[in-house]
Amino acid sequence: MVSFKNSNLSSFQERIHIATLFVTFCFLLLVARLAWLQLVSHNKYHLLAESNRIALVPAPANRGLIIDRNGIVIGRNYSALTLDVNAGEVKGNVDQLIDDLSQIVLISPRDRRNFKRSLEDSRNMGTFPLRSMLTEAETARFMANRYRFPGVEIRARSFREYPYNELGSHLLGYIGRVSQRDKERMQTEIEGAKADDPDALQTSFLSGIQYVGKIGLEQSYESVLRGVPGYDQVEITAGGKPVRTLASSPSVPGKNVILSVDIKLQYLVEQLYGNFRGAFVAIEPETGDVLAFVSKPNFNPNDFVEGIDSVTWKELNDSPQKPLYNRPLKGIYPPGSTYKPFMALGALENKKRTPSQSISDPGYFEFGNHTFRDDKKGGHGVVDMQKSIVESCDTYYYLLARDMGVNMMHDFMKPLGFGQITGIDLNGEAKGVLPSTEWKKNTFKKPEQQKWYEGETISLGIGQGYNSFTILQLAHAMANVVNNGIVMKPHLVKAVEDPFTRKRTLTTPKESYRINFNQENIEVIKKAMVEVNNSGTSATAFKGTSYTVGGKTGTSQVFSLNSKEYNHSSTAEFLRDHALYVAFAPAEKPTIVIALVVENAGFGAQYAAPIARKALDFYIEGKWPKEVPEWKRAP
Amino acid sequence: MEKSSVKKIKSVFYGLFSGLDRQLGLILLGLAATGFFTFLSSSQNTPALITDELRNLALSFAVMWVVSRVPPKWLEMAAVWIYSIGIALLIAVAVFGLIKKGARRWINLGIVIQPSELMKIAMPLMLAWYFHKREGIQNAWDYAVAAIILAIPVFLIARQPDLGTALLVFAAGLYVIILAGLPWKWILPFIALGVIGILLIIIFGSTICAQDVIWPLVHNYQKNRICTLLDPSSDPLGKGFHTIQSMIAIGSGGFFGKGWFQGTQAHLEFIPEKHTDFVFAVFSEEFGFIGNLILLGLFFALIKRGLAISASAPNLFTRLLGASVTMIFFTYAFVNIGMVSGLLPVVGVPLPFISYGGTALVTLGFGAGILMSIHRHRRLVQS
Repeated sequence: MVSFKNSNLSSFQERIHIATLFVTFCFLLLVARLAWLQLVSHNKYHLLAESNRIALVPAPANRGLIIDRNGIVIGRNYSALTLDVNAGEVKGNVDQLIDDLSQIVLISPRDRRNFKRSLEDSRNMGTFPLRSMLTEAETARFMANRYRFPGVEIRARSFREYPYNELGSHLLGYIGRVSQRDKERMQTEIEGAKADDPDALQTSFLSGIQYVGKIGLEQSYESVLRGVPGYDQVEITAGGKPVRTLASSPSVPGKNVILSVDIKLQYLVEQLYGNFRGAFVAIEPETGDVLAFVSKPNFNPNDFVEGIDSVTWKELNDSPQKPLYNRPLKGIYPPGSTYKPFMALGALENKKRTPSQSISDPGYFEFGNHTFRDDKKGGHGVVDMQKSIVESCDTYYYLLARDMGVNMMHDFMKPLGFGQITGIDLNGEAKGVLPSTEWKKNTFKKPEQQKWYEGETISLGIGQGYNSFTILQLAHAMANVVNNGIVMKPHLVKAVEDPFTRKRTLTTPKESYRINFNQENIEVIKKAMVEVNNSGTSATAFKGTSYTVGGKTGTSQVFSLNSKEYNHSSTAEFLRDHALYVAFAPAEKPTIVIALVVENAGFGAQYAAPIARKALDFYIEGKWPKEVPEWKRAP
Repeated sequence: MEKSSVKKIKSVFYGLFSGLDRQLGLILLGLAATGFFTFLSSSQNTPALITDELRNLALSFAVMWVVSRVPPKWLEMAAVWIYSIGIALLIAVAVFGLIKKGARRWINLGIVIQPSELMKIAMPLMLAWYFHKREGIQNAWDYAVAAIILAIPVFLIARQPDLGTALLVFAAGLYVIILAGLPWKWILPFIALGVIGILLIIIFGSTICAQDVIWPLVHNYQKNRICTLLDPSSDPLGKGFHTIQSMIAIGSGGFFGKGWFQGTQAHLEFIPEKHTDFVFAVFSEEFGFIGNLILLGLFFALIKRGLAISASAPNLFTRLLGASVTMIFFTYAFVNIGMVSGLLPVVGVPLPFISYGGTALVTLGFGAGILMSIHRHRRLVQS
């Protein structure tokens, strides 16, 4: 320590001496600081310097194709030129640069907004697309003026495309730019992944994933279609300008998915619906392959890939037609009379009826103070089981419902899949309602609502009341019956294909479970349903088929009309009844089961059955209806 | 080469350097060479600057050479004039100076100059002259007069605003006052106050650095510099960026450094102001701890030699002038390295003889010239 005892000493030499000590002290402080940085913390700063200079530039993986059961590609990629701007190299005003560029290539206000948002999000580091899908003329013009725009370049990028536009939009879905929520979801996916799964998502991939499936199969098969993004390790300047590539790891393309869907059948049905709204599901009963999965009206998934513009979005969202609503998956409808064959089978299985046991139908059924009407005035006379299905006699089923009771019906219908999640490979499936006393107790709050009233049982018999199911469930239940009680999980994808080796791996599920039906009972129902198309409610629609078809019409009330006569033409369109239809063919050994609804169309026989007929003609005989434009393969 | 021509060159060389202090000359040569080699690396992408750097070094040497031949007596006589001209220029700057980057620091007199730079030399000259005049009859009032001489230009420079230069000018004057014999009982309280202030800032850093806390006497950007020093990570891409990146550069250099031209932080433009104020980060990254020890050794030798020259100087004027000029060199080096290594807040102080920049090199050449002159004329004055 320096002694300051002699404080009034002003000798210059003394002060120089103290200054030297002070300087020495300060220099030792610097040496200590530098030793701390360069010796003690060297490893930390070395890593920081390395991560400073090395950027991982993602090389997105090619997304897998979506291919129908006959090899038609309905979801694919194409390469297009984009105008990319390296934010680090932009000198001066970004708006000025965009203004100058827009003299050469078309830049919409939306392009400008999106680009500036990307810039802000990234704090002006990195390369971002300003314009996608440049035309040849634009490319040529830019290349001629390139010297004026340092940091702006043209790059080939891969884009998703759905060549058939609206066709199958609800089953395909679409991809879109990764959102914050997608990122969070992927993060949880990473955390939940098994350590030894080679295809599992890894944190390091996240920045390489720019697009992600948002709905439909694009969403539910995201992990298959996505592939593994690759990386270039690039040395960059502080401004983000690449200097040289240090290493690179190639991307692994996603796998193709092979659908069970017959896209031509899908196309035909979508055409047949015309301007009607509705849902149509066709299933191969033996496998659970979904052959068609129609939701009308639909939308163009291509609009969503690069971010949908607000006008189209508003149009789609606000339309009373609800084109974005996946009807077969989420729409729940009372099954109406299409429920009757299942009721009849339930009666036989539970020994509540025999096929020949008859009732006498006066045209109505009284229960308590309430009269349940049959839609045929004066009634159907003497009605046995077959006649009850063929003529769709309501009274028969009022009585049957009363005799079975709500819980017996519930217990019979549940394994068939009514009011249950089918487990189809799409997200967001609706469950519907299969009522039981238990269900009512759990669903309602007030004690008087929780109680089941016997009167509520009666209309369940004709597929009304609390009953409400998806069209998918209806098709699935029909398939389970004609497949003799063997339950196959319905699925839209049947195989995953390696894009290089073309090796296919089947993804079709094994049978879920078996319901022990008496084979004779099934034959009774099938025979009655075949008769429906020979002499019953939909005989007109199925005149002259070369194959045998079982079917059942249904009409489900949109709202209660009390006892007034229903008049189709005078009822406002959105209040009209829904027309339903279920069918299977060929009856001897069914290869296809159909369930469909035409919303607000009126009677099932008139509107729904003809669609099923034409679909079956095509699927079984290859017959194309004259009024529908020929199927054309997309270029 | 022929022997005779070698001899000829030798004699010219000796003629040129006769009277220059050899030790000081070698140290300065070492620093200038270090500066030049570092500059070659840091300016790799801007080769046009190399001629500028060579010109500046030559100019600096010329100034030093000329000043070394000027007897200290002349400086003593010119001191009041230089100081007065400096003050006049500072007032002129305040009235009709040029504004660049929000500060009024320059004035156009045919060529654009920065008068505050002149004050770095004028201040010790003036104070050394004053104490020399009062030698023997010095009393407490002299310190008050010295304080006024010191305060006027410091105030004028600080309100430009240019706190960095104001502090350096203040330091230059303060060295003279302290070396002239300012009693310890007046110095110690200030040292204690300064230590307490620094401790308070460090301890209560997070509280006083809150957004809405306004500091007295300083600008907001100056507050931010101090606050980012306390916690550079509080704004890693903004105000803390410079400090963080230069610390990364220094730290990643390690013991031996990455090698000349191999600094990634420097060459990939992560180091801000890499030719000028932050050149030490470039040097440190490429030459490592070993290089730093050598560079600090050179600076220490420079200061030791400067103080030794001053200690053996013939009169109070030359003693005070020489020692304060030496201490200015020290202050530049310490503040710059402290700032670049994250010990001190960011102030615009160059690293003597290493940083690129004409004005600073000329000022430094002038200072070195003064030391040379004092050394050269030590006997002449005595006799």
